[in-house]
Amino acid sequence: MTTTDRPGRPGTDDRAGPRATRAHRPVVLAACVLLLLVAVVASLCVGAQTIAPAEIWRALTGAAGGEAYLIVHDVRGPRTLLGICVGAALGTAGTLVQTLTRNPLAEPGILGVTAGAGFAINIGGVLGLAGGQVAQLLLASLGAALAAVLVHALGSAAPLRLVLTGVALSSVLAGISLGLRLMLPDVFDRYRFWSVGSLAGHEQVPLTLPAVTIVVALVCAALVTRPLGALVLGEEVAQSLGGHVLRTRVIVLVLVTLLAGAATAVAGPIAFLGLMVPHLARRPAGASIPWLMAYTMVLGPVLLLASDVGARVLLPTGEVPVAVVTAFVGAPVLIWAVRRRGRVPS
Amino acid sequence: MSAHPGFPAGRHVVVRVGAYSIRAGRRTLAVSGTLLAAALGLALLGLCLGGSWTAPGDVLAALAGHGDSVVVVREWRLPRVLAALVFGAALGLAGAVFQSLTRNPLGSPDVVGLDAGAYTGALFAITVLGGGPAYLAAGSIAGGLLAAAAVYALSLGSGLGGLRLVVVGIAVNAMLTALNSWIVLRADMEVALAATGWSAGSLNGLDWHEVVLPFAVIAALALLLAALAPAMHQTALGDDQALASGVRLSRLRLLLVLAGVGCTATVTAVAGPIVFIALAAPQIGRLLTRAPGVALVPAALSGAVLLLAADLAAQLLLAPVALPVGVVTTVIGGCYLAALLARRTTRHAR
Repeated sequence: MTTTDRPGRPGTDDRAGPRATRAHRPVVLAACVLLLLVAVVASLCVGAQTIAPAEIWRALTGAAGGEAYLIVHDVRGPRTLLGICVGAALGTAGTLVQTLTRNPLAEPGILGVTAGAGFAINIGGVLGLAGGQVAQLLLASLGAALAAVLVHALGSAAPLRLVLTGVALSSVLAGISLGLRLMLPDVFDRYRFWSVGSLAGHEQVPLTLPAVTIVVALVCAALVTRPLGALVLGEEVAQSLGGHVLRTRVIVLVLVTLLAGAATAVAGPIAFLGLMVPHLARRPAGASIPWLMAYTMVLGPVLLLASDVGARVLLPTGEVPVAVVTAFVGAPVLIWAVRRRGRVPS
Repeated sequence: MSAHPGFPAGRHVVVRVGAYSIRAGRRTLAVSGTLLAAALGLALLGLCLGGSWTAPGDVLAALAGHGDSVVVVREWRLPRVLAALVFGAALGLAGAVFQSLTRNPLGSPDVVGLDAGAYTGALFAITVLGGGPAYLAAGSIAGGLLAAAAVYALSLGSGLGGLRLVVVGIAVNAMLTALNSWIVLRADMEVALAATGWSAGSLNGLDWHEVVLPFAVIAALALLLAALAPAMHQTALGDDQALASGVRLSRLRLLLVLAGVGCTATVTAVAGPIVFIALAAPQIGRLLTRAPGVALVPAALSGAVLLLAADLAAQLLLAPVALPVGVVTTVIGGCYLAALLARRTTRHAR
């Protein structure tokens, strides 16, 4: 009951002194980048056939031909790139939502936003609309936006209730998807993987459009950190600092929708990643929103790649969908966040 | 709990048998009677439905042992219909028990992950211990109890009331669901195929030898709950009141948790996790009877009607394809949950 003043506000961490944090930030960021490199190498090495790092270097630097070259260039390379894009997108979406709503439990996956995006693609597939990649991206973003609006309307601003509403929405959509799949097995077989998020089997999908969308949205997210930081101080403060509260809110929501939609369009709904990343990033970032965003964009890919490597190792034959791994690793973070919130009256 | 005034005279019926007496509100009796009639009507409909329609007259004749469709009705359709009724009642009871224990309309076993835990236990029993109905039942009950203990331990210090318990339960549920899909993916092809159909919660293809033991277990648990009901009513008034009127709270709670998990786990072991019934049935029973406190009988009857209706809908919706009943209950349950939240019934529980 000691921290009644700022319940669950993102960007406040009283344990690390501000000065110490400030000095450490670049070092920690460098460490995170190093971690990302390790994750990338692991993602290239580990799989059905383990490849030594030296061989990967040879495959990357030229010397066409050979099995290692084929595996790295055609399968694991694209998959790793996909993991980096999706991880950064989901992590950033999570940080944006948590910061905007000041709700440490918010996340596109838990709130049902990614489920909405995946469901929209499923429905589009049934109606014969989800042929092209542009159509998929549009559908996913539309679904994400609708789900976000619906959850926000029903769950209002109360953090715990928002989580429940998201879960309710996800389960309804999952039920309808399952029913449709049983009804139209042929049509649905192609869209099955949009029900469970996975990075496998997307190696041949052209990545340009989703990757460009995600990168543009990430750049915008980096640009919006300053007005967002003002907004964290409260609407009145933000207004008196000269910020456009409504404009910032709308921009952030559009970014979240785009990021979650694009990530879901290429990898299916992956929950809990956007929850874990901001909580991890907040520790070194302290109260600084720009640093928080920087850490998020590096740690998101690290976590997703690590989960993906785990997804390949966990089964002796084949792979588990990566969403299963992120749920198993991420759910304890939700418990931790809820319990931490529990010390202050909500 | 409820804002209704006590027990006005003249609205109650008291039945005395020797030293025992049962006192029930007239409205509760009427509602229970109506629910029972609805359940029987739906059961008759369920016996008529199937690959082909059997006229109600023939069904009744077949039940008595005459006519051409004796095998179809008595051996194929009757176990399924009875299973829907009994399992629905068991889920309704489990929901009533947990909602009363947590004092939270959302604190039902399916929301907080007890179903998923029981399912994990059952999967473990099949894949590691190698099957057998006894292992299956024991595994699912152990899984349910472990999940309950985990949720309870993790939400300690915050009080059992409130949405925090529910969100902790949702997180536990997500972990267990992930664990379950991992186990299914790891398992042999045969187990995996069986478990996939079962994971949604389904009554398809149940026959007599699968349901006899669960029916007996559920009957025993229902008797235990009936014996505990007066004490439950006391606890609904608050812990202090209950203690003052001679209720042994910790023993009562332990028994209630055991009975509630037992009901959920038994159903899950046979039919897979069927959500929503435990969430909605106690609330519907309470809304209909307008009774204060815990209403076990209306909850059980509402559960039976709900599950049977959902099972009939699952058979009819996509007629040639038999949907798992869990799909229907998931969709309805999600909508119900959203409506519950929208109506801010839980405003005290933030």
